[in-house]
Amino acid sequence: MPFGNTHNQMKMKFTSEQEYPDLSKHNNHMAKILTPAMYERLRSKQTPSGFTLDDVIQTGVDNPGHPFIMTVGCVAGDEETYEVFKELLDPVIEDRHGGYKPTDKHKTDLNPDNLKGGDDLDPNYVLSSRVRTGRSIRGFSLPPHCSRGERRAVEKLSIEALASLTGDLKGKYYALKNMTDAEQQQLIDDHFLFDKPVSPLLLASGMARDWPDARGIWHNDNKTFLVWVNEEDHLRVISMQKGGNMKEVFHRFCTGLTKIESLFKDRGHAFMWNEHLGYVLTCPSNLGTGLRGGVHVKLPNMSKHPKFEEILKRLRLQKRGTGGVDTAAVGGVFDISNADRLGFSEVELVQMVVDGVKLLVEMEKKLEKGQSIDDMMPAQK
Amino acid sequence: MANSFTRLMSGRNAAVVLASLGAGTMATGFLMSENGTLAADTKKKLYPPSADFPDLRKHNNCMASALTPAIYAKLRDKLTPNNWTLDQCIQTGVDNPGHPFIKTVGCVAGDEESYEVFAELFDPVIKDRHNGYDPRTMKHPTDLDASKITHGMFDENYVLSSRVRTGRSIRGLSLPPACSRSERREVERVVVTALAGLKGDLAGRYYSLGEMTEQEQQQLIDEHFLFDKPVSPLLTAAFMARDWPDARGIWHNNEKTFLIWINEEDHTRVISMEKGGNMKRVFERFCRGLKQVEKLIQERGWEFMWNEHLGYILTCPSNLGTGLRAGVHVRLPKLSKDPRFSQILNNLRLQKRGTGGVDTAATGNVFDISNNDRLGKSEVELVQLLVDGVNYLIECEKRLEKGQDIKIPAPVPQFKK
Repeated sequence: MPFGNTHNQMKMKFTSEQEYPDLSKHNNHMAKILTPAMYERLRSKQTPSGFTLDDVIQTGVDNPGHPFIMTVGCVAGDEETYEVFKELLDPVIEDRHGGYKPTDKHKTDLNPDNLKGGDDLDPNYVLSSRVRTGRSIRGFSLPPHCSRGERRAVEKLSIEALASLTGDLKGKYYALKNMTDAEQQQLIDDHFLFDKPVSPLLLASGMARDWPDARGIWHNDNKTFLVWVNEEDHLRVISMQKGGNMKEVFHRFCTGLTKIESLFKDRGHAFMWNEHLGYVLTCPSNLGTGLRGGVHVKLPNMSKHPKFEEILKRLRLQKRGTGGVDTAAVGGVFDISNADRLGFSEVELVQMVVDGVKLLVEMEKKLEKGQSIDDMMPAQK
Repeated sequence: MANSFTRLMSGRNAAVVLASLGAGTMATGFLMSENGTLAADTKKKLYPPSADFPDLRKHNNCMASALTPAIYAKLRDKLTPNNWTLDQCIQTGVDNPGHPFIKTVGCVAGDEESYEVFAELFDPVIKDRHNGYDPRTMKHPTDLDASKITHGMFDENYVLSSRVRTGRSIRGLSLPPACSRSERREVERVVVTALAGLKGDLAGRYYSLGEMTEQEQQQLIDEHFLFDKPVSPLLTAAFMARDWPDARGIWHNNEKTFLIWINEEDHTRVISMEKGGNMKRVFERFCRGLKQVEKLIQERGWEFMWNEHLGYILTCPSNLGTGLRAGVHVRLPKLSKDPRFSQILNNLRLQKRGTGGVDTAATGNVFDISNNDRLGKSEVELVQLLVDGVNYLIECEKRLEKGQDIKIPAPVPQFKK
């Protein structure tokens, strides 16, 4: 929906300079790229569903960022945003995704048989394994922009598709607004429940409107495959289990995703995808695979090693706390996952996680014994 | 409309898509852009108002009480001249279901025209919030003649400070939920230029929120002048905190008794305050300052938003009319513990808040007591009500101190029709 002022035509009576946001204190990708001249060229445009430049950048204007952490600072309201505002978004994407060019092509590979190994991560160290991605349903506006009617239509379609899953993927949908207290507590205990966003990064983009209308969680009876509906993306798809068998997690991930995709296709809907950007999601940071594959792993000694950050960087991995993004590690347990999303296939990214975590665990064991890890330093991937 | 007809899907595909979306009647020729996203205008047909009607079953606010599916259907596709929509007016009320004990308003205006274009929603909301005031038939009195106030000097053993505030909007510019950055900067420019023309005891200076030094900031906090980026979800859901702190600031006179907030919840909030109980002087300065500011902006071709039915137009319907909240910080240790306290306040048309303002708790038996009403009575009437009411409360407190009994006063009559 037109959000805040963004369809206010009064502003076109003012010059571009008068309208241009003050980004002097900002540290995010949008702020680095959006010059006054670019603003002038783009400010009168809108996508067919009415998403404007001001819609795209509002979250980046409202959240100046942090000197150490470079946020993206812009979002898409629909699939066309990436086309209509490519002058802004191509350089943002290039910046965020390691030099990915507007002419580059992205590979999609969801064949789990292509993953080598991954079934033997030491469960004494690797406590749990998880792979997540997002999917958007073509033809509907994205969470920053969708109307209540569209959001409900996405929910309805998703419930119907997911209800057709069988075997170990068979499960049940819990609408956020109808949940009983008991169901809610169970989902919290299972670490499945998502709540209304509190991060100003998300709130400022309009994603939390009408909460909890048309939001919900679906999971299979085994509690190893989980779908979030209408949180930050149309769908977030998660495969997870305790222990270190990432191969199994990834296998279920690929099978489930492929099945869900065909169930949507049966109903006349495709996922948003193109050969340049891969899977199209709300935040430019999640383009391509939208995939974050990771583990919770005990690395009390590694994490204190002066080369920890450097090693992670070379392995193309990132660390987070055990509460997910923007949390702290507890008890030496880290969330280690792939840093990349675009320009590598799903198999390639999970391979990096599997190989990287294997190495980190070996290093941890060495450090435990008081041995050096200097000869184990990996090359930059 | 011609350019929205870019690509025609095959009849069968379109039928499958639309059927799965649960669309009701299907007009022929539904068209999607190349990649399949619906153009904004075709979306209207595919998603009738009933598909978009918010789920308000758990809601307790004036908007939720007033908004029927029929009204929504009628108003959903309307636009104000600034392209502001009904959905934008009500977003804050949809996102904030409210509290069983506290009925919030649940909708805001994006511009002066909102109150007219969406009158079918705003009129019942105004009636609900303002004790039955009917904007279609009733007229609101404006009276800023402070000389009419009597008994406006309170016993300073009880009243610690006195304050009057209101808001003013600059006609022709969108309100905080809807304004673009350039409009907001224009409001700042217009008001700051005008304020620079104030003289004598009203002369002062402007502090832009984005540019103030740490020292200035601390000073303004210590003086209880500084406002900060809204955290209340009622305000943030109404898009008022966008682009913070761009074009926001505080102006105050050198004596620190007259203060103006720029671009917080309204274009301007005007505050007159001082320690002690001289409410008459506070109100006198308030009226004088307001009139001078109005004159200064008129000299430059601007005016305040005002009409004879709604009085001064502000962002929140609760502040229409006078937009006036006159109040004191007053010690009422005994009376506040008396079970009749709430009833007394009610009948006097007063409300209590904590000493931090709205949604805070009272500390040390000191209460913020102010007028409940905003619309349908003039500024002079409301301040006189506050004065009479606080004097009554102090009388009660004194009587209880002496062990005497107190009476619940008769309810103050509502406005004359």
